[in-house]
Amino acid sequence: MNDLMPQLQSLLTHVDWSEIGWASWDTLVMVGVSLLFSVLIGLPLGVLLFLTSKRQLLAQTRVYAVLSFVVNILRSVPFIILLIVMIPVTMMIIGTSLGVAGAIPPLVAGGAPFFARLVETSLREVDRGIIEATQAMGASVRQIVLGALLPEALPGIIAGITVTAITLVSYAAMSGVVGGGGLGDLAIRFGYQRFQTDVMVITVALLVIFVQLLQMLGDRLVLYFSRR
Amino acid sequence: MIEFDQVEKAYQVGGRAIPALHPTSLSIQTGEVFGIVGHSGAGKSTLVRLINLLERPTGGRILVDGEVVTDYGSGTLRAFRRKVGMIFQHFNLLSSKTVADNIAFPMKLAGLYSAADIRARVDELLALVSLTDQGRKYPSQLSGGQKQRVGIARALACRPTILLCDEATSALDPQTTQSVLKLLADINRQLGLTIVLITHEMDVVRRVCDRVAVMDGGKVVELGPVNEVFLHPQHATTRDFVMESERVDQEELKTDLQHASGRILRLTLQGEATYQPLLGRVARESGVDFSILSGRIDHIKETPYGQLTLSLVGGDLDQAMAVLNRADVHVEVLR
Repeated sequence: MNDLMPQLQSLLTHVDWSEIGWASWDTLVMVGVSLLFSVLIGLPLGVLLFLTSKRQLLAQTRVYAVLSFVVNILRSVPFIILLIVMIPVTMMIIGTSLGVAGAIPPLVAGGAPFFARLVETSLREVDRGIIEATQAMGASVRQIVLGALLPEALPGIIAGITVTAITLVSYAAMSGVVGGGGLGDLAIRFGYQRFQTDVMVITVALLVIFVQLLQMLGDRLVLYFSRR
Repeated sequence: MIEFDQVEKAYQVGGRAIPALHPTSLSIQTGEVFGIVGHSGAGKSTLVRLINLLERPTGGRILVDGEVVTDYGSGTLRAFRRKVGMIFQHFNLLSSKTVADNIAFPMKLAGLYSAADIRARVDELLALVSLTDQGRKYPSQLSGGQKQRVGIARALACRPTILLCDEATSALDPQTTQSVLKLLADINRQLGLTIVLITHEMDVVRRVCDRVAVMDGGKVVELGPVNEVFLHPQHATTRDFVMESERVDQEELKTDLQHASGRILRLTLQGEATYQPLLGRVARESGVDFSILSGRIDHIKETPYGQLTLSLVGGDLDQAMAVLNRADVHVEVLR
């Protein structure tokens, strides 16, 4: 134990803490912004997937098939490939494919369809009787979705946001490979390319803590909104 | 008045049309409690959902107060649905909303009421269903009977003229069933609301309904005032339902009849006649002896009735029959 402390200390002196601070902030921004857009795109997409599926309010077999196909494609491409494939698209939207901003479009492309499926699943778990009852009150489809379906599915949707956020943390780290910023970038540049194991360990530890915090927050929110 | 004019419904299953309701014509009077009884799959659930068009008929027309509701466009249909309340077997309350918000929900959807109106109406409805002070609770904190009361309050929120009840008491215990049925009967009397009630229990029909339709295999096989259908069932399905509700085992009844000697009669009494000391008089005047094989004294809605199966031996049988025929009693000779 006495031998370990100085060793650990010397190990950590090589670490540039301000660099780690900035990288953590970048990761936070990447996850935050891409989560926001994933939810903004994934939520309506998930609702549409649900509504157009068989025996639902707007059952449209063809529309569902097309939407489902697109979502499946985006979900079946490994994220590391999606990162590369998305580069020209990112260039078009952001003007660069590098750094924090450059990482966001591929993160959204990976996160939104993932979240959309989670939304679809949680809507499916809402009792059909509730839809029927709301319909019987004279509600429009829009009112059924906003007034009954989404509030009833809220705990499931929040759990879905948590899972998506955590997935985005790992995706964001991966984006370091193609020049995205954040902790993943740090781990690759220092930990992998310069053999600084200490930096690697610290970034991984930070990512683990980040994921733990997200999960805890998500679980609390789910509990708060569950009335069953 | 709700009129079914040759209404039919078929479901497309694997390219084939499976009939759920064969062409049916019937009318339900304004202000009556109309029961629809049948086993599961008999088409009663389809029939009731056709009234507020949760199911679209595949043929025929439905008229409510003279208007062809089957021709309504989506806007008019939504306005019409607000005038038709509905309650469900599993209550279908929103678990994410409080009791008060559940009751307010249809009014908010309608967009025709001010916040103050809604609050006042919710309080009024909570009092009507005896749930005052429970408004802030969530449905998960309520018992089944209380949940159904919330369902009833919610269904009445927009002051409907028709209330549809889909197996509303099937998930409740007998005692709670009784109190919910009493509430429905009160509502019918106080508000003059037309109630259409589907159930698989003849007992529910007996307690609250004015008229009843018996369904089997997607058809209405018998329809009439509850006392007639209940006391003199014509169709085999109806007879099964009545037997079931009286907990009569047909096999046991048969052996009982075999053991009995003499003439076997079934007497049906209704109203005041139920309380007459009839049997003693018959015995005195004709000298017959009788034994009671089975019997039941109960109520159909508020009207008392009695139904007795007797075997008569000795004495003057013709005289006994004459006395019975003179009294206000329906006599059926079983043997």
